[in-house]
Amino acid sequence: MKNRVVVTGLGICAPNGVTLADFTKTLQEGSSGISFQQELKELNFGCQVAGKPKLTSEYINKYFTPLQLKGLNASGLVYGVIAGTDAWIDAGLSKAEEDEPDWDSGIIFGTGILGVDKFRESIHFIDAGNTRRLGSTSVIQTMASGISAYLGGILGTGNQVTTNSSACTTGTEGVIMAYDRILAGKAKRILTGSCSDSGPYVWGGFDAMRILPRKHNDSPATASRPLSASASGFVPGSGAGALVLESLQSAKQRGAKIYAEVLGGAINSGGQRGGGSMTAPNSISVQRCIKMALKNSGVGSKDIEAINGHLTATGKDPVEVLNWSLALERSGLDFPYINSFKGIMGHGLAAAGSMECVAALLQFKEGQIFGNVNIVDLHPEIEKLVDKSRIPVKTIDYKPKTIAKASFGFGDVNACVIFKTFKD
Amino acid sequence: MKEENYYQKLKGIIKPYLPEDVTIDDISPDSHFINELNINSANLVDIVLDVEDAFDITLENDDMDQMQTVNDAMAIIDKKRTSK
Repeated sequence: MKNRVVVTGLGICAPNGVTLADFTKTLQEGSSGISFQQELKELNFGCQVAGKPKLTSEYINKYFTPLQLKGLNASGLVYGVIAGTDAWIDAGLSKAEEDEPDWDSGIIFGTGILGVDKFRESIHFIDAGNTRRLGSTSVIQTMASGISAYLGGILGTGNQVTTNSSACTTGTEGVIMAYDRILAGKAKRILTGSCSDSGPYVWGGFDAMRILPRKHNDSPATASRPLSASASGFVPGSGAGALVLESLQSAKQRGAKIYAEVLGGAINSGGQRGGGSMTAPNSISVQRCIKMALKNSGVGSKDIEAINGHLTATGKDPVEVLNWSLALERSGLDFPYINSFKGIMGHGLAAAGSMECVAALLQFKEGQIFGNVNIVDLHPEIEKLVDKSRIPVKTIDYKPKTIAKASFGFGDVNACVIFKTFKD
Repeated sequence: MKEENYYQKLKGIIKPYLPEDVTIDDISPDSHFINELNINSANLVDIVLDVEDAFDITLENDDMDQMQTVNDAMAIIDKKRTSK
């Protein structure tokens, strides 16, 4: 019989909350995690607002040893370790004993680029002819797999420990990769997630592309406007989300709580053909990805009760909604509930998929669909496709049974995962 | 007195690099950094940098190769400080 895969732990380090409780509350209330960034103003950024987790050094100290804290200058690594460790604890799991790793547990924890601030620090040493001053911390904080390596060492996992990278698809892709590995019987549990650094060196390239909003520097909470006619670009974000995926058998043996079942998913690419490019998705491939996810999950399009979209708040949101509509063959009042969490947390880039999967799953636990914020002017193209009532602007009480979550990324890559309330 | 000062300062530098099962009280002048104190060899380069900062000296590659024990480190520090 096929292994069933369930989610038994969640962890978060997001602009709108660094604990599950705070994160949930802000999503329910629609309170923004986006704030004005003085640093970006001083550097003459067009967009001077961003989403950045609010952490104190006391809080960070709880997750790292004094040695790990020495020279630590990689924000994504900090976010990832916090979210990953918390998810592990939330799942009721403990760190492996000193002498032997936990052979059945692995880590697939993605990122886009890790430790850019550390890398910048290293570059200054190197350019000054002072390479020896880098010490031993430069490599481990700037290698992409630094995040999975740190978590692997903290938790003592003995299965596959790796880092995936597929731009803004990274987090959702990781969930599907973890699901596949458990399904294949190669691991009992995988800590999956993704993280993204904060700061000008990550966000600068997007500002230069002029795809970030420039008119909301005085009103950060209203800057990110997914699904709106007045959407003028995505607000750059950062943080980390983490999920423990586990075989149902293992979860039952441990008596673990179960947030939801991962029914399946799909990953594909538009090949930068047929209208797709480095930065824009091929719509046909997006639709195929959604349809394949349904097929792989053994559900029909009518079964989807809620969608958590990618929906970044650029002019492309109507195209995404159209793709959902065509893939599901549903529209108007028949369309599922749809929301975007980017209005509250901004676009977490490589961290977006995992932070949003965590949020989407919390909707099962709360029996709610979290509201969209900043829609005062629903985009007319979207309103033609979807009845307004399906796009809640306030959190509503509704117990979804099946949720579809998708992420799309630069390079024309797509991932769609289907979650369902767990029933034995 | 000078030696005792070096020794205490050095112990403070070494402390964060000790693995969980080794305490600062396990450090003696004869302790071998890697074989006895179980310090990760990658961290030896960090100890060298910390020593440079704390004693305002610069260690060459040869010095680093010779720095096997706490006593070695004190001798090198003394030499560098005196020749300054």
